[in-house]
Amino acid sequence: MTNSISSSSSFDAERIRADFPILDQRIYDDQPLVYLDNAATSQKPRAVIQALVEYYERYNANVHRALHYLGEQATAKYEETRGNVASFIGAEDAHHIVFTRGTTESINLVAYAWGRVHLGPGDVVLATGMEHHSNLVPWQIVCREQGAELKLIPVHEDGTLDMDTFHAWLDPRVKLVAVTHTSNVLGTVNPVRALADAAHRAGALVLVDAAQSVPHRPVNVTELGADVVVFSSHKMCGPTGVGVLWAREDLLASMQPFMGGGEMISRVNDDYSTWADLPYKFEAGTPNIADVIAFGAAVDYVRGLGMEHIHAHDQALTRYAMERLSAIPDVRIFGNAPERGSAVSFEVKGIHPHDLSQYVDQRGIAIRAGHLCAQPLMRRLGVTAVARASFYLYNTPTEVDALAEAVERARGFFGHG
Amino acid sequence: MRKPSNAHAVFSAMDELDQLYQDVILDHYKHPRHKEDLNEQDVLADEENPLCGDHIRITARLHDGRLESVRFDGKGCAISQASASMMCESLHGTTPQEARAMITQVVRALKSEASFEGLPEDVQALSGVRKYALRVKCATLSWRGMERVLEKLEQ
Repeated sequence: MTNSISSSSSFDAERIRADFPILDQRIYDDQPLVYLDNAATSQKPRAVIQALVEYYERYNANVHRALHYLGEQATAKYEETRGNVASFIGAEDAHHIVFTRGTTESINLVAYAWGRVHLGPGDVVLATGMEHHSNLVPWQIVCREQGAELKLIPVHEDGTLDMDTFHAWLDPRVKLVAVTHTSNVLGTVNPVRALADAAHRAGALVLVDAAQSVPHRPVNVTELGADVVVFSSHKMCGPTGVGVLWAREDLLASMQPFMGGGEMISRVNDDYSTWADLPYKFEAGTPNIADVIAFGAAVDYVRGLGMEHIHAHDQALTRYAMERLSAIPDVRIFGNAPERGSAVSFEVKGIHPHDLSQYVDQRGIAIRAGHLCAQPLMRRLGVTAVARASFYLYNTPTEVDALAEAVERARGFFGHG
Repeated sequence: MRKPSNAHAVFSAMDELDQLYQDVILDHYKHPRHKEDLNEQDVLADEENPLCGDHIRITARLHDGRLESVRFDGKGCAISQASASMMCESLHGTTPQEARAMITQVVRALKSEASFEGLPEDVQALSGVRKYALRVKCATLSWRGMERVLEKLEQ
């Protein structure tokens, strides 16, 4: 089998693989592990695993309160990550970065802390027909509670947003536009800047789910033009349990706390309290210290490789995968937007995605199958489930070949080809 | 191209796949028995597997104390479709009591809590599913639905 891409000198996926202990294993009786479920979660390089170990072995302590050596070490490292993340995404100030448990919690924080104060009867929240449940269900809940209306901007056949409908729906009743930067199903990269500019002219805020974009391309929150940007550590080589909420300072300042407890207070009286400064107002309780610190190591890792290089690598691999898969009879790829990320969803006529996933899994290949947490989009596509291969910095064209070959064999097994 | 280094080992991994997708399962999947588009008013159970969005609807009648015309429609993977097809075939002509006993045994057998012994031959082919925890739900979907069908028929 020939590979249509050669590894560039600046980016060597084979060499990068050596940083990821998990990839160096054989499964099911000696099959090399081919991990193509990166849109769900990425693997972790040794540096990130080491950061976790080092924290627990050397300076485990609670942050922000302990006046002792370990506490100061832990606090310094924890806050260092905040600064690191701020500069990584082009935030003006580290205090505009709130650590949460993940993208889902970041969105829920805004839905509750902002939505409950600023949404009311007659107001409208616009989301899109390609949102992950995490950027849909919180808005359903808060809109229902507040008597506001939630509308989903339709998605075209090619996976792009129906911008005409978006513009037609924009009126003073619209208070917020919640949109994914990169679809976890269709791969579509949405025109966030254009959406944000139009939304702002109409007086609406814009929240961007960047869970699938920040790991794969340079993202600068200032250039993006949104008011809120959220993403997760675990899809970009970091640990699970850490999410980021970035928002404009005035917006953060105007929001009420999402959760009450320790660390988020300034003064606690018997019957009321005052809130800590940003971002601590939104970080109630002991945070996920070890994972935040290890997330800092992940940020260092991807920055070290260069987001431009990662992006170029992912793009080349995605193009190659689309080329290989679409050459197989009865394969239909969902989403063909001009600008797309590295998630490739597809179906093979006559084979349920779960059967396909199980079949390729026995050949050591991990792909995802199911509704991909996007049931409204599945209905729009007229399917109950899809199969998805998604690529990251350590994947190689050889792995794409292995997938294509396994899919072809599955056709034979389940009665085609 | 990565080539598997150990041909025998690959054979055994593929062997497990054959255990899961035995010929009889693939046959029920490709040629489902008692699968037809059901009328809305006939549907007695409407089961969904939230994991994958698989969807099965079931109907049946009671005639002289025995089940007949057990039919299904819906969409799903090879395991869920084959299992539904086998179920319709197996439960035809049974009394509700016999049907309940078989459903209980199938569900328990799939969860490795009981043996497949004594079940219809085709149904025994589902034994390969036991190794795949995530697929057990696919196989039990229709049988669980049938419990609801029986409840309604006996109301």
